[in-house]
Amino acid sequence: MGKAMRSAGRRLVAWSAICLAAGTWAGRADAEIRAFVGAEILPIAGEPIPEGTLLVRDGTIEAVGPVGEVAVPAKAEVHDVAGKVLMPGLVDTHSHVGGGWAADDSAPIQPAVRNLDSIDARDPGFQRARAGGLTVLNVMPGSGHLLSGQTTYLKLREAGTIDDLLIHTADGRIAGGMKMANGTNPRGEPPFPGTRGKAAALVREQLVKAQEYRAKVGAAAGDPEEVPERDLAMEALVEVLEGERVVHHHTHRHDDILTVLRLREEFGFRLVLQHVSEAWKVADEIAAAGVPSSIIVIDSPGGKLEAIDISMENGRALEEAGAFVGFHTDDWITDSRLFLRSAALAVRAGMSREGALHGLTLAGATMLDLAERTGSLEPGKDADFIVLSGDPLSVYTQVLETWVEGEKVFDRARPEDRLAAEGGWGAGTVRREPIACFDEEMGR
Amino acid sequence: MSALGRRLGGLAACAALAAPGASQDWAGQDLAVRAGTIHTMAGEAIRDGVVVVVDGRIAAVGPASEVAIPDGVPVLEAAVVTPGLIDAHSVVGLSGYLNSPHDQDQVERSAPIQPDLRAIDAYNAREPLVAWVREHGVTTLHTGHGPGALVAGETMIVKTRGETVDEAVVVPRAMLAATLAESALTEEEGKSPGTRGKAVAMLRQRLIAAQEYLGKRASGDEETGRDLALESLGRVLEGEIPLLLTAERHQDIASALRLQREFGFRLVLDSGAESYLLTDEIRAAGVPVIVHPPMVRPSGERENASMETAARLAEAGIPVALQSGYEAYVPKTRVVLFEAAVAAAHGLGFEGALAAITRDAAELLGIADRVGTLEPGKDGDLALYDGDPFEYTSHCLATVIEGVVVQDGPR
Repeated sequence: MGKAMRSAGRRLVAWSAICLAAGTWAGRADAEIRAFVGAEILPIAGEPIPEGTLLVRDGTIEAVGPVGEVAVPAKAEVHDVAGKVLMPGLVDTHSHVGGGWAADDSAPIQPAVRNLDSIDARDPGFQRARAGGLTVLNVMPGSGHLLSGQTTYLKLREAGTIDDLLIHTADGRIAGGMKMANGTNPRGEPPFPGTRGKAAALVREQLVKAQEYRAKVGAAAGDPEEVPERDLAMEALVEVLEGERVVHHHTHRHDDILTVLRLREEFGFRLVLQHVSEAWKVADEIAAAGVPSSIIVIDSPGGKLEAIDISMENGRALEEAGAFVGFHTDDWITDSRLFLRSAALAVRAGMSREGALHGLTLAGATMLDLAERTGSLEPGKDADFIVLSGDPLSVYTQVLETWVEGEKVFDRARPEDRLAAEGGWGAGTVRREPIACFDEEMGR
Repeated sequence: MSALGRRLGGLAACAALAAPGASQDWAGQDLAVRAGTIHTMAGEAIRDGVVVVVDGRIAAVGPASEVAIPDGVPVLEAAVVTPGLIDAHSVVGLSGYLNSPHDQDQVERSAPIQPDLRAIDAYNAREPLVAWVREHGVTTLHTGHGPGALVAGETMIVKTRGETVDEAVVVPRAMLAATLAESALTEEEGKSPGTRGKAVAMLRQRLIAAQEYLGKRASGDEETGRDLALESLGRVLEGEIPLLLTAERHQDIASALRLQREFGFRLVLDSGAESYLLTDEIRAAGVPVIVHPPMVRPSGERENASMETAARLAEAGIPVALQSGYEAYVPKTRVVLFEAAVAAAHGLGFEGALAAITRDAAELLGIADRVGTLEPGKDGDLALYDGDPFEYTSHCLATVIEGVVVQDGPR
């Protein structure tokens, strides 16, 4: 029965993909215009609109404003969303959905390894993420290395392959960052570090090598005789030094947070602090450094020694210190379907409502260098948005629809999407190793 | 991490989570609460109501216009009052928040069947997670050896108070915890159980041994010395305590029901990730279910878990309660207030979800004569909130156990 249901589900997905493709193709000839009318709109980039219209043309936001001020073209497909709440799709700056492990156990620093070469685009976790209102993910390799590889930024379009999900930058690169970690997770027997001092020394050593590599490449000025042999690890670290690849740095304890800030000061890379469990102890230092924090909100303490002082008040503390703050799921640690809850719990602990909603959306987009395209409802941006049954910070609110670039990728009214949202028979998969990241972290 | 770092980290957090008052007299006290809404869970909610606690017991509860507050009794105020929350199955107090070998006492793996282990010999009343759940309104815990061994040991029921287990205990030997799930299987060569069939065979063999033991002891056979493990299984067979059987997959749940039919013991199903597939069978067996936390990770043998399971079982007429369960990593425990909130929003509704962590949990645990509702004569265990207890942005303002304020300040 389960097998039959699952293959039926797969057929449905396949059919809808075909329909979507046809729709997109048809749209080329004649612009596809959709108007979402009557919802309370939270544009994030501006004040809430009590009764608004969002106009989408060919996957891009054309207009957003009060119902009376946005003209709906006659040929627009009108969606009545009166009584609903419409806001930007959520941006998760740290996820492990789809697996996406990179470095192996051979060395603690492996910048050449890309996790996009191992992400399972058909993992049911992706539809659970869409069910939670997520439209952008930074899928990261694990934290068991000082540098575990290149991360991948994804748009949660309908997808059968990883290529369907990728984001390309204006210069044609695949968008992504670099995952680093300190504290206890990367520790181990040599060549892994045994102490904090050794960990920083190993990172410093490689970044200095990358500086030298960059200098050699520069000095060669294109002369094939002088250009050093291509080194993919060094090339990736040069991207880090040049600020083309943002470092997403797993860090928990206050002293480890300061170590990351110190290395950034020394090498000048661009940085997002990840987890930042003891942010409340060093919020002023983080704010003074002007470094953004992507925090996780856990509803109980304990389970991991270096994170036992984590506090739901991190969001408030960072906000009060004037630091830039967003949220992440670290899915499997917290569930993508409950991402709104992370922000709500931060509000429970004193963060402002505006700050928390910004932290779920535009803050994350900014951390991923995607704020030009997503994270808020503004003309010209991608039509990445969600329709909610009520207030985003209420437990009783459901994500009804998730739209990415003007296409509906989650609809709670569809049985297979409801299954992804709630769980139930057939929601799982036997293909994937259970809680791989979990076991890895447990073992450290 | 260095040993020093570990100690400092631990101490800092312990201080932050410490119970109010270094030493405490646990004798029941007098207290009154006036609230905008009182969910007594014994009838309609009372608007603008009063609860009066005298000597630790509820003396009166009703509308403020009808219930007088005795002179000199301290009065707390809140938007909403509920009975103190009951976590129907936890490992808090045995599985510590440091997650280091020295504070992990929830499962013993030296042998697969050890019914003679008792939670009361392992419960750490000063464990910071006890304080954590108390700060969120939890006043009663059914806790003990968790899933992970075929027969793990006897559970206990405590109030979330006290510095010793003796100050906390309500029922010292509550249920016998057993597991028919992958977590109780081993891949170690030469060790058992390695398969589902072997696990059931081993359990059946021991239950039969316990039957024979009971028979010999009853017949006055002096050759048969006391066997504490068989005595514990015998308590289950004689109906003194239920067997708390953790099972996730539908075939394991079916095995639990089959064993129950075979031996006639009182069965409480635990977790039950796929229990919604067997609602007719579970209802027919008259078996209650302590459902997994609705926010449980849908992975491994819980890959088909649903946030709506509690609702689907309740709709089928099966008694349900909610639990915090066991967590191996982060977070180290769950909080039934948070879990019930998600259940409320996923089909169970406000009343059903609150009942699953108060009245219905008390009935399932056999302690409804003392806790679970706000009625005269019951323990003065209360949780106070500044709004809908289930809303993410509401706070627990205070927790009261037998008239004593054990948590004061918004959390």
